[in-house]
Parts: sequence; structure tokens; C-alpha cells
Amino acid sequence: MCQDLRNSEESIKGGFGRMSTMDTSNLTIETLRQMFEQGKRFDGRSLKDYRPITVEHNVSNKAEGSTRVRIGKTEVLAGVKLQVGAPYPDSKDKGNLMVSGDLLPLASPRFESGPPGFNAIELPRLVDRAIRESGMIDFKKLVITGEKVWTVIIDVFPINDDGNLIDAATIAASVALKDATFPGLDKDNNVDYHIKTQNKLPLSKETFPVSISFYKLGSSLFLDPTREEEEAAEARITFGISLWNGQNMINSCQKRGAKPLSRAEVESMMPILLEKQIYLNEKLKKFL
Amino acid sequence: MALKREDGRKASDLRPMQAKVGVVPNADGSAIFTFGDTIAIAAVYGPKQLHPQHMQDPSTGILRCNYDLLSFSVSDRKKPGPSRRSQELSKMTQWALEPALDLEGFPNTVIDVEVQIIQADAGTRTAGINAAALALAHAGVPMRNLVCAVAIGKLDKDIVVDLDKSEEDFEGGEGPTDFPVAKLANTDQYTLLQLDGKIQPERVKEVLSFADESCAKIYEIQKKALKEALGE
Amino acid sequence: MIAKVTEAHEAPEISSESEESIVKKRRVVVPGEIIVSGEDYLPSEGTRREGMNILASRFGLAEESGRVVKVIPVTGTFIPRKNNVVIGRVTNITFNGWVVDIDSASSGFLPIDESPRFINKNEMDQFLAIGEVVAAKIWSINTRGIDLTLKSKGLGKLEGGFTFRIIPNRVPRVIGREGSMIMLIKEKTGCDITVGQNGWIWIKGQNLDDQIRARKAIEFVAEKFHVEGLTDKMEEWFEKN
Repeated sequence: MCQDLRNSEESIKGGFGRMSTMDTSNLTIETLRQMFEQGKRFDGRSLKDYRPITVEHNVSNKAEGSTRVRIGKTEVLAGVKLQVGAPYPDSKDKGNLMVSGDLLPLASPRFESGPPGFNAIELPRLVDRAIRESGMIDFKKLVITGEKVWTVIIDVFPINDDGNLIDAATIAASVALKDATFPGLDKDNNVDYHIKTQNKLPLSKETFPVSISFYKLGSSLFLDPTREEEEAAEARITFGISLWNGQNMINSCQKRGAKPLSRAEVESMMPILLEKQIYLNEKLKKFL
Repeated sequence: MALKREDGRKASDLRPMQAKVGVVPNADGSAIFTFGDTIAIAAVYGPKQLHPQHMQDPSTGILRCNYDLLSFSVSDRKKPGPSRRSQELSKMTQWALEPALDLEGFPNTVIDVEVQIIQADAGTRTAGINAAALALAHAGVPMRNLVCAVAIGKLDKDIVVDLDKSEEDFEGGEGPTDFPVAKLANTDQYTLLQLDGKIQPERVKEVLSFADESCAKIYEIQKKALKEALGE
Repeated sequence: MIAKVTEAHEAPEISSESEESIVKKRRVVVPGEIIVSGEDYLPSEGTRREGMNILASRFGLAEESGRVVKVIPVTGTFIPRKNNVVIGRVTNITFNGWVVDIDSASSGFLPIDESPRFINKNEMDQFLAIGEVVAAKIWSINTRGIDLTLKSKGLGKLEGGFTFRIIPNRVPRVIGREGSMIMLIKEKTGCDITVGQNGWIWIKGQNLDDQIRARKAIEFVAEKFHVEGLTDKMEEWFEKN
């Protein structure tokens, strides 16, 4: 498994790998705006193309499920831990989900230690909503007894931020959920992490939530930005989308940034959203 | 040795080690280092401007280390954010590495070393220090030498190197002793010395001999990782 | 004003192909490693003497040139030196100059007196506004910080095009021996290119495709910095790209 972890496609000789703390210059933003208008990107992709995506499983064996997702040079780890706890008083017949994580200073010169800023709060919240609202998890089946339910905790940690962390983190979280198996319980229904079971979480077979984030610069919309492109963007909108009862459903959405999106822009996203949802599910199939 | 190690290792056998640099492209230097199932990743940023200004030292650059466990790297989930343990080990990591560095050429600056444990199976601080030393070298920071670290253990009366988690939980006789050590490579200078357990003072020199032998092996792994990064 | 800086090349260059006959082959060294033994050798940059031995004091490529031994750095942040040309971004305007982020541990300061012509103190932001990009030269490094000047050929505000960053220690390779590599890239792409010693590079061309190609070419060099015969490889690259 360690071998997998180190089979990085990343160029360790990369002459342009390190990201600077110098802000993107106005010149670069203007050039990117012109490039996007003509459908061009520095790495040769079209505006709606994703970079290559890879998924590795069981990257941390103390987690009940864990994955590493790379989109281009962006890398995110997700781990699932299962705990036994009390149900919420207003939903005694359901287990719980919690998504957390942090923007570790390890992953970018822009991430600072200390109390989480807005970006560090937003990332796990967006992952949480994409998964929670999709119906992927059958929360009723997470009840152990009347007083004890399973709490599913997903932690997401970027290891290298080269843009589009949210889409990467949602994929990582969804795969980690698919991979996770319950730990054993002792006679008092307390977790014994030394006992591993083969029992998977109660998940819908068809539902695999992903996030798809559109970014806007000038009048152009683009997907899967590199860090440079992301920093040039004036607005972003993230959709959580998944298959439910045979239909693709938007499960969550959040616009970010002070720049508005026009009705025409929002409407133009819908067919792309469907196309990319199918594309991502198809691409990720081989990893599931 | 009276005791048989569960995984069949001899007393002086380290677990399989792996090292690679350049694993965090955003960083000025980065590395991953593993002892068996323990995986540490380190990234170095700097020398860079130190804020707040009153912390700056006009005579030298400053090293700042942060060690922590990813929440899911241990059986009982660790809450994200610094704990007392991680704060202590951050400082230990800093002191283990500092003597290797030559930062006089970088007054008023700071070098940040970020260590995260991805998977924990004992020996996380020493794996972290090995990764951090590699990341610092990879970042081109002036260094007198690399730093190599290993946890030497004592199980009942037997001294063994590089305990895994099951050995750390050993019971019986004189019990388990954990004695993490770091040293400047190719010298007799120790930069980390910690101990928990029970050991006779006269046996410490045995521990240090085991540490020296282990560090020599770790050094070779580190050297190879750096050379491979430039295609050698 | 468009800067055409080809003189931005004062950093010690990685000696290139033609010198290799007199220079022993470079090899990768790690900090603390013995490079050579013998009292005759002279420790130069990135090395130190301990007894009979010359040791590496940083990671990089060790090179013996006659008796002189040095380690050429290949990674790391930008270490400012006097007379370096750098590309920076204006982050603030004070009563007597501009604060310029040059992506190093301390920011640069461009005093109003170091602008190429007289600037009225009330009109400083008309000459250089916050967020704008300049090519400037370091003329002094002191405890207060780094002082910059625009009083030299090819320096000044950069207009049009874009900027991007490579690892600063790869800059000598991008420039090449006596500017040969950067000349080749300029010639093949028709772009104006300014290479800052801080790793920031400015490109401006006739059209977007030329600019994109120039960036790719420079990133190719920065990535293949340790390959021998890089100029030939670059020629080949241009045939394919």
C-alpha cells in the first residue's frame, strides 16, 4: 500500500511546481480572460475539461475507509471514522454524519495555521451537503439500539492545492464512504477498533455524489481550474449532484464571490452539469 | 534475545523504510518517509518573511515546526487541531532539526516545517523528523548534515529497534520502553532524546549503539531519495 | 513602456555544454556529503572544508572546476543579491515610493527618486498603481529591506502579456550560456520575454498562442534543467510543439 502511495505521477523534478505567495498579477488575469474567451488554457484543455483524475484506496489503515484523490496536481485525502454515539433528540431513528477537515499549511503557502478561516469552514460544509442530501447514506440503518447509533465522520485534508479542492474532496469523501467497513462492537455495543468486519456502510448502490464547480472570469465559464486560474476567477458556483431513483438530482448548490451569475449562465450550466456528472461517474467506476 | 518479535525481525532490524522527495509540489521542499505502516509527510516553506515583526531575529533565520496526526491516522479519531502532545512533539521536532541548519544567512526570516502523520503505527515523531530533514534538504536550505531519527525500544530486558504499535503495547517483565533518538548524520551528536519506560542507566550506551547503527541505515535511505529526485 | 531585458542575467550561470570538457561531470550531493578530499581544493559556494575534506552544505549538483569546488543549487527560494533584476508586483504606495512584492523573504522598496523620470508625489499611482507589475533592479540590500531602482535599460512597468513563476534556481538554465537559451525561445516564439532572477517571468507576444508556447518552452527547460545538451533538446521540442 505504501507503494501505491508513492506511485505519484507528480514530477518531482517539476521546475514550476512550487506555488508562490505573490498574488496573481493583473496582467495574468487579463491574459487569462482573453484566453478563456477564445477557449484556450495554458495546459491545452478546453474550458470544460477536467485534468486526469486518479484514486487510491486504503491510504490510512486506521481509518474505516480512506482514499487519496488527485486531480492534476491537486491532492486530497479523505478518511472515514465510525463512532458509536447517541442519536440527536429530534431524530432518534437515525445515525449521524459529520464532515470536517482543515486546510493544512502543509498543502499551500496560502494556508495558515490558527483558527479556521472561511475557506477551511466552507470546504467540509460543501462536501457534507453534497453527501447528506444525496440520499447515499441510509441513516436509519445506522441505528444500533434505541440509545446507540453510528456516527460517520469524514475528514478531508488537502495535501497539495493546485485548484478545485472542493470537487476533489467530494470525490475523495464519496469513495472513502464506499470503501468503509464497520469496526466490531463489544458486548456492550461499544466500538472495538481491533475487530475489523467486512460489513459495508448502508449505502445506496446507484448514488455516488460528486461536486461540480463552475468558475467565472469575464464572460467565460470554466471547470476544474488550476490554482492560477482559480485565483483569477471572479465567481464560483458549486453543485452537488448524484443519481437518485434513476434520475440525476442536484443535491446542493452554493455560489461564491460578489460577481453575479446571469440567468442565461445558470441555465447554460445545466446540460454541462449532467454531462460532467455522467463523465465523472464513468471515470470513477474503475476505482470503485 | 529471549524475546521473539512478532513480525520476525531481529533486534537490530528496522521495519521496511521508504522515502521520496517532491511529494508536495506547492512546497519549497517536501518528502514522505515510512517505517513499516507509519507514514509521515513533511513540507517546507521558506525562508520567508516572519510575522509578527517582533519575533524576527536580525542575527539568524528561525525554524518553526508543526507536527500533528491526521484525524483518521489513529484508531480513536483525533480531533483536528493542536493537542498538548502534538505541541510538545512539534517542539521536539524543531530542536531535533535546528542543529543541522545554518540560517545565519537569512536574518529576520522563518522556515516553516509542516509534518503530518498520514498513518500511525508507532515511531511517528521519528518518521516525521526523517521526512522533515529530507524536506529541508530538498528545499535547498543550508545544512551541516541530514538528521536521522529512530525509536529504540526495550521489551522486558531486550533492546530492539523501531518498535511497532503492538510492541509498544507489550506487557510483562520490565515492560515496554520507548527511547526515541535523533542525531546529526555522520556525527556523534544527538538532537532528540526522549524516554518512557524502565531502563537501567548502564544500558543507555547499548541503546545509543543501536541508534547509531539504525541511523546509518536511515541515512542511506534518505540520501538515495534525494539523489533519485535528480535522476541519479 | 515595454521592457526588453536581456541584461537580466547576472547570476552565476550553470556552466553549459561547451565547458563540460574542462569541468568534471556534475553529481548530486546531499548536505554533509564529502565531495572531494585533498588540501589543494578550494571550497566555493554551497560547500565547506572539514579537515582534508570538502563537504556539501546544501543539496544540489557538485561541480569541480579546476581546484574550485561548488554546489549548484537546484531548488529553494529566491535569495536576493545586488544587481539582480526581479519582477515584482506593487502592493502599496507610500509618501516616497512603492512597496513591491518580489516573492522573497523581504519585500522590495522602490523610492520615488529611483523612477526613470521625475514623478510628482501626487501622481505616483499614475506612474505605478497597486497591482501593477514592474521589472526592477536590486541596488541595495540592508537591514531595512531591499531597495529597487528602475534606472537602467529595460526596466520599468510591464504592460500586456502575463507573468508566471519557475523555481528561481532554474533561471540560469532558462537564460543559458550568454543568453543562448532565452534567445532561442524568443526567436522561435517571437515573444518579448523578461526573466527575473526571482523566478518570475514576463512574456508578451503577438498573439495568445505564441505566448502560451513561450511559457511551455520555458517550463520545459525549468523541468529538464539537469539534462545535458539542453539547447539541442529545445530545438527538437520546437519542432514538435
